[in-house]
Amino acid sequence: MNWITNYVRPRINSIFSRRETPDNLWTKCPECGTMLFHREVSDNLNVCTNCDHHMHITPRDRFIALFDGGTFTEVAVTAPEPDPLNFRDQKRYPDRLRAAQKETAEAEAMLVARGDLGRTPIVAAAQDFSFMAGSMGMYVGNAIIAAAREAVKLKRPLILFSAAGGARMQEGILSLMQMPRTTVALQMLKEAGLPYIVVLTHPTTGGVTASYAMLGDVHIAEPNALICFAGPRVIEQTIREKLPEGFQRAEYLLDHGMLDRVTHRLKMRDELITITRMLLNLPPAVRADLPPPDKTAEAAEAVLEEAADPAPDASDK
Amino acid sequence: MTQYMDFEKPLAEIEGKAEELRALARTNEEMDVTEEASALDTKARAILEELYKSLSPWRKCQVARHPERPHCKDYIDALFTEYTPLAGDRNFADDHAVMGGLARIKDTPVMVIGHEKGHDTKSRIERNFGMARPEGYRKAIRLMDIAHRFGLPVVTLVDTPGAYPGKGAEERGQSEAIARATEKCLQIGVPLVSVVIGEGGSGGAVAFATANRVAMLEHSVYSVISPEGCASILWKDAEKMREAAEALRLTAQDLKKLGVIDRIIPEPLGGAHRDAETSIAAVGRAINDMLSELSSKDPDALIADRRTKFLNLGSQGLAA
Repeated sequence: MNWITNYVRPRINSIFSRRETPDNLWTKCPECGTMLFHREVSDNLNVCTNCDHHMHITPRDRFIALFDGGTFTEVAVTAPEPDPLNFRDQKRYPDRLRAAQKETAEAEAMLVARGDLGRTPIVAAAQDFSFMAGSMGMYVGNAIIAAAREAVKLKRPLILFSAAGGARMQEGILSLMQMPRTTVALQMLKEAGLPYIVVLTHPTTGGVTASYAMLGDVHIAEPNALICFAGPRVIEQTIREKLPEGFQRAEYLLDHGMLDRVTHRLKMRDELITITRMLLNLPPAVRADLPPPDKTAEAAEAVLEEAADPAPDASDK
Repeated sequence: MTQYMDFEKPLAEIEGKAEELRALARTNEEMDVTEEASALDTKARAILEELYKSLSPWRKCQVARHPERPHCKDYIDALFTEYTPLAGDRNFADDHAVMGGLARIKDTPVMVIGHEKGHDTKSRIERNFGMARPEGYRKAIRLMDIAHRFGLPVVTLVDTPGAYPGKGAEERGQSEAIARATEKCLQIGVPLVSVVIGEGGSGGAVAFATANRVAMLEHSVYSVISPEGCASILWKDAEKMREAAEALRLTAQDLKKLGVIDRIIPEPLGGAHRDAETSIAAVGRAINDMLSELSSKDPDALIADRRTKFLNLGSQGLAA
């Protein structure tokens, strides 16, 4: 327990242990326990091939599968004041942030991009559950504001994929203030007459559900996603009874009128194309003519390098 | 008799002694305890001053939750005239955790809405300890709509541990109700002022406090999560609520520095519950001040004011 074991050794290890192959070639489905080969999982967009359980998917992988040809342009998000409260629990907040950045190779818990969806230009935002449980802090708020502004500027619909444990406690009241902040962003979108579609994925809870995730024109959820304000454990402690099977899951919310649809991840892209084109009063998509979604990361990365230059995309609105 | 909080123990002892002495003197005519009793009073006051000079965040939470602290109903009864409660969400039920209706403040008609916790066991149960269900938020939305249509300013009084985490509440769309209430706060073209009079519990508070002007009583708190909840998640130990309260920056003083609230309303020494009348009057003055600050703005300016305020929020850290 000294600085050599804590700091120097991991550094040295990380230099030597970087490999091109994934650390783990096999993933165990948390629902049915089937061992799945990594390629099989990624080809199926992290949906278990055995039981259809929808596992987490990173925003980047989701966008590659979503946008035509797997290509999209990242929309820049203003970086907020880091650690505004000087928050410290058992760890310092900046340390937790750095750890999450290292683990996910992402800046924060939300990715915003513009691109074509079935040849319909859209703006999309996706929350990253693997980044501090996708929690909503200043950055996520800024990301949604950036997404809404981009959509208004380019006159495009916004599709948002939510996934979060709730508000980022380490930003205290400022995380709570993202509820009104993101609501303002969505009002700008609605006033511009642009569709806002929310895809609720597992899990969407707390302040996220109680703000931008429940204010969509259309709400679609992935199967069996937990969607709630108060989590099941909190409710069980409050009412002291066991909750029924499937409580607060997507299908349950559909039954209770909180969602429009529950859609399998592999069918989501087609459905989003259909819905956005109708909301925008466009003719039906010519599906046969579409370039197939290209899942190679290289294609996306090539575009990412152009992200600094918005000119080519802005001109085609 | 005041209910003492754990940190007020030394105070309780001395005030108890003074009380005992006076009781003794009442039964025994020859005894003169005036001097001793007033000495104890002076001592008690010194302790009270010392204790409240710099209350820790956790102690502020305790004061904010004090059962004898004036609640929404006390403020409405004292500050407003012709209060006419309006009930129901027109969909499912009337939520007694949220009270609201038409009323006049200094003759000006307004819409007043607030969380009510109740003052004894019976009323606390009836009010669900100030924890609103979706019906409560939907009632608030309805009242804000009326206010908007008839140009009445809206005054909200926030005092809730949070939205109710119950089965029915979830079934009927607690999240959606809160989201819509926040949205409504941002849409109405009338002045909206809010005072956190006790606990500002998370989303349940935001749904009412997305206002042009937000004030907080000196010892009230406003937070994304309760210190106990935060402690059990981040420290894996609910008993670490003191540390959590510290870290969350939930006091009126910190929130003012962060620009989340606009003003702090001073409380009498020892907290609002020790002198309800003074506290209520101070809140009344703050409401009037805030309303008159906004009185000259037209509907669009009021909406724009709220939007800009929340969009810009958080650009400054605490260190600034």
